[in-house]
This record gives sequence, C-alpha cells and structure tokens, in this order.
Amino acid sequence: MTILAIEPRQIGIIAAKEFRDRIRNRWVLAVTIVFTAFALVIAYFGAAQQGAVGFRSIEITIASLVSLVIYLVPLIALILGFDAIVGERERGSLDLLLSMPLTRLELLLGKFLGLSAALACSTITGFGLVGLLLGSRLSSNAWYNYAGFMLSAVLLGMAFLSLAVMVSVFATDRARASGGAIALWFFFVLVYDLLLLGTLVVSGGAVAANAFPYLLLLNPADVFRILNIFGINDVRTLYGLTTVFPERLASPGLLGAVMLAWIILPLGLANWRFRK
Amino acid sequence: MTNNVIEVRQIVKRYGEVQAVDGVDLAVETGKVFGLIGHNGAGKSTLFKMMLGLVPATSGEIRIDGRPVSGAGFREVRRHLGYLPENVVFYDNLSGLETLAFFARLKGVGRFACGPLLDRVGLSAAADRRVKGYSKGMRQRLGLAQALLGKPKLLFLDEPTTGLDPEGIREFYRILKEMKSEGATIILTSHILSEIQERVDRLAIMKNGKIQALGTVQSLRETMALPLWFELRLAEGAEPPLRRALAAIGVDEIRIEGERISVHCQREAKMSVLQALAALDGLVTDLYVREPSLEDVFLGYSG
Repeated sequence: MTILAIEPRQIGIIAAKEFRDRIRNRWVLAVTIVFTAFALVIAYFGAAQQGAVGFRSIEITIASLVSLVIYLVPLIALILGFDAIVGERERGSLDLLLSMPLTRLELLLGKFLGLSAALACSTITGFGLVGLLLGSRLSSNAWYNYAGFMLSAVLLGMAFLSLAVMVSVFATDRARASGGAIALWFFFVLVYDLLLLGTLVVSGGAVAANAFPYLLLLNPADVFRILNIFGINDVRTLYGLTTVFPERLASPGLLGAVMLAWIILPLGLANWRFRK
Repeated sequence: MTNNVIEVRQIVKRYGEVQAVDGVDLAVETGKVFGLIGHNGAGKSTLFKMMLGLVPATSGEIRIDGRPVSGAGFREVRRHLGYLPENVVFYDNLSGLETLAFFARLKGVGRFACGPLLDRVGLSAAADRRVKGYSKGMRQRLGLAQALLGKPKLLFLDEPTTGLDPEGIREFYRILKEMKSEGATIILTSHILSEIQERVDRLAIMKNGKIQALGTVQSLRETMALPLWFELRLAEGAEPPLRRALAAIGVDEIRIEGERISVHCQREAKMSVLQALAALDGLVTDLYVREPSLEDVFLGYSG
C-alpha cells in the first residue's frame, strides 16, 4: 500500500536538488572534461600498440572506448553515489528530511534519479563531443552504434549508481560505505571475470562452459561489454566472443532488460532495508 | 471523543540491550504547550523520533491526530507538522533562503512564504548568504523558520533554544506564543528548566526511558511537597522571640548563616508562618518567600 503511494513531485524535488548541487559544485563539468579528454586520447592513440596513431574506424574506436568506460564509469558512479543516504545520516540532516511529507522510497528514488541525471549529463556531453568530432566520417550505421554505446554507458552508470545507493543505505558510516563501494568496483570490474576464467581453466572447461554466458549476465560491466562488442561484426571476431557467447542471448533487447534489472534490484533491496 | 492531538500508549524502544524508552504513556491536548525534561540519554529525543515516525517503536502505539505514525496516512499528518531536530544541520552549499525554499517545496508551501518567515526569525539580512557561514544561533533560527513552514498545527521542538543568545531566546518564546495563540500544539524539550517552567502548560519529566512525573508545574510542586523557606532580615535582638513564635506553631528549622536567616517549613505551614511573623510586630524588617523551582522538582524526581 505504501509502496504504491508515490508522489512524483516529491521525487522530482529531491532529484532537482541533487542535480543542481552537482552542477553548482562543478562535478558535472569536471567529469565531462575527464570523459572528453580520455575519449579523445583513446580515439587517437588507441591503436598505438599496433604501431599506428590517428583516428580510425568507429568500430575500433568504440571497442577502445568500451574498455575505458568499463573501468571509469562504474568507479565514478560508485564515488558519486556511496554518500547519498549515509552522508545525510552522518551529517544529521536525514531526520529532518524524513520528517517532511516524503517517503523513504521517494527519497531514495529522488537521490538516485538526480545523481543519474548528473552522471548521464557528463557521459552524454563528454562522449557526445568526441562523437561530434568524429562525426564527419561517420556513416548513419556508425552513428547508431555510437549512440548505442553512449546509451549503454549511461545504463552502466545507473546500474553502479544503484549499487552505490544500496551500499549507502546498508552502511553504518561513510567510511564503511566508501570501502563497500570500492570493494564492489574491484569485484565487478577486476575480480569477477578473472574468477570466471579461472573456473573455466581449472575445470578444463567442463564445469562452467554451459553456464558461462549466463554468468556473464550477472555482472553489469560484462553486460555492457557484450552489448557493445557483440553488436559490431568487426570487433566480435577480434574478441573471440562468438565462440563463448551464444547469439540468442546477445539481443540488445534482452541485454537491455538485464541492465534494467541491475538498476532496479539494488534499489529495491536498498528500499527494503531503508524501511526497517 | 478526546481532545488529545498526541496519544502515546505503552511505548517501548529497545536498541539491543539498551532500553531507550521503557513503557511511556503520554497525551498532549490540542492547543497546549507541553514540555519534556530529562538528562541527556533519558530518552527524550528517541521518544520524539518515534512520535514523528522516524524510528519504529519496539512495542506500543502512538497516534497523532488519531492516526498511527506510519503508513501512507501519516504523510497527510506530516504536512501540518513542524520539526526542529536537536542540533539541526543544513546543507552548507545552500543559502538560507534556498534552504528554506527546498523544504517549502517538499511541504508544498509556496516560495513566497519563505521571505516573511526569514524576517520573522530575524534572518532576512543573511537570507542570501550560504549556511556554511552561519553561526550556531543563526542555524537554530533557520531551523525554527523551517519548522514554521506552512503554519503547522503541531510543532516538535527538540532543545529549541540551544545556541541562542538571551535576545534570541526571548524572540523564540514570543514566536512560540504567537503560534500557540493561532491554535498550534507545541511540544518541546529543554535542559534550561527555569526557562521553560513559565512557558509550558504541562510537562513530563523523563529518566531512564520512563516518565517520572507528569502534570502542571504547580501540581508537580504540590505532589512533591517540597518545603519552602523564608529569608528574613531581623531587627536587633529579634532572634529569641522569633524562635519562640515559630516553636509555638511547630516550625523549628531555622538556619543562620551570618546575616542570612532562613526559616524552612512545609508548604501547608506557609500561611501560619506568615501570620506568626506578622505578629512579631516590627522585629522582622524584611522578608522573601523562596519557592522550590522546577529545577528542584526535577532534581528531586530524577536526581
């Protein structure tokens, strides 16, 4: 009953404050610059290992950017979000906020959406600028891929923001929350894939081979990678993905839905905990 | 049909082993000023937070305006409720006016209400300055302005005068009086007992999570039967007749410290002592009656 009684206006007020705060303290500007700079460098030097510099095909550029985004966006999202609730609690402003005609779910959603808007703003502006720079040589199909890349980067950011907000509700103080956020980054970005590969190698491919594609879906960073790499023929073979990932699981619709689940589930868990 | 805006029944709050609030019963009548007194850790703030629905009770029931303090219905109650938390904290990056406007939006109060409210608490000159640069007293004033948004029917003020200077405290109680005359019910806590005893209709004294005493200042004094005392200035050689006169009515507790002579008696004996003193024609040159303050009541109950 209480879950259904949501007032979008209240969510909007909280979200607007969060977003405005990030504009005013120049967070959005700083992260936009970071994204633009990294994207430019990668677009230009991405193939340096192969002995060449300069802008290359959009497919290869996207593949390089995906590697960057997988490290950077989750980290930025976690840093942005870990403070959301525990920060208010520790500062002592949470009680006053909750004494307003505002439910806990509305506060969570407001925080999440406001921070998401800030992150999305930086992501789209940062990578969009680089896209415009590459624009002259892009076909409409390449634009479609690049837009997909930006959208999925936004979704990846939201998934990790959702995890960060969850950490923020569960943690008793800011120090623990930041520790938890960093641990999540290590786990999903660095450790998870190694664990999967390790299991695969140690068992000689017997244990996890069939489950492997599904296990990849349990990590939003991997979902993001598959979304972007699988859609592009040139790159798919390059990465050898065709051999481990079945075509039927690779539809953008399905992967998008998995990503949405990764956004909704942590928030749901956070809400369950917050109400206690 | 009762006239109680707040009804607290057998409320208990346990944090692990700690019994923060231990079976409190309380009722606050509409339009009254109710004071809650106790040492730090007595459970006042926890009780407040439970009444505001911020902390769930372990057991018991709280109703405000006849509604339980959780669930969807309580949102409506919250629209007409003002809360000033103990040690109120705001967002350092916002100005006073922006802060107030933010809470006004959440409460569904128009932005035009903010300017006059800041004026009312004496902050209009600092309205556009960031809260970061505010003094403790200014934050407290901003907290009060926030609590007054939307003309609340019910005001919860937790240690409202901490950080205020004497002038600020006077202004605060002037505003409180105005709110009361507009029909608001006010419940406040304080450590400064002498400050609130003249200003509350009823009060409760809390100790170790329990209500130790509940009533008007007067009724608490009477039930305590605290002795009162007279401070006298005597003429030359008046001491022996004074002792005789008082012994005749059974009062023999006379303390002499240098120039100061004080006579202690039970409350019932007050008038007969006065008559006895008046009969000592010319021997008593001056006299003060000292009544126990609420502080004495408080310490007597929970000290």
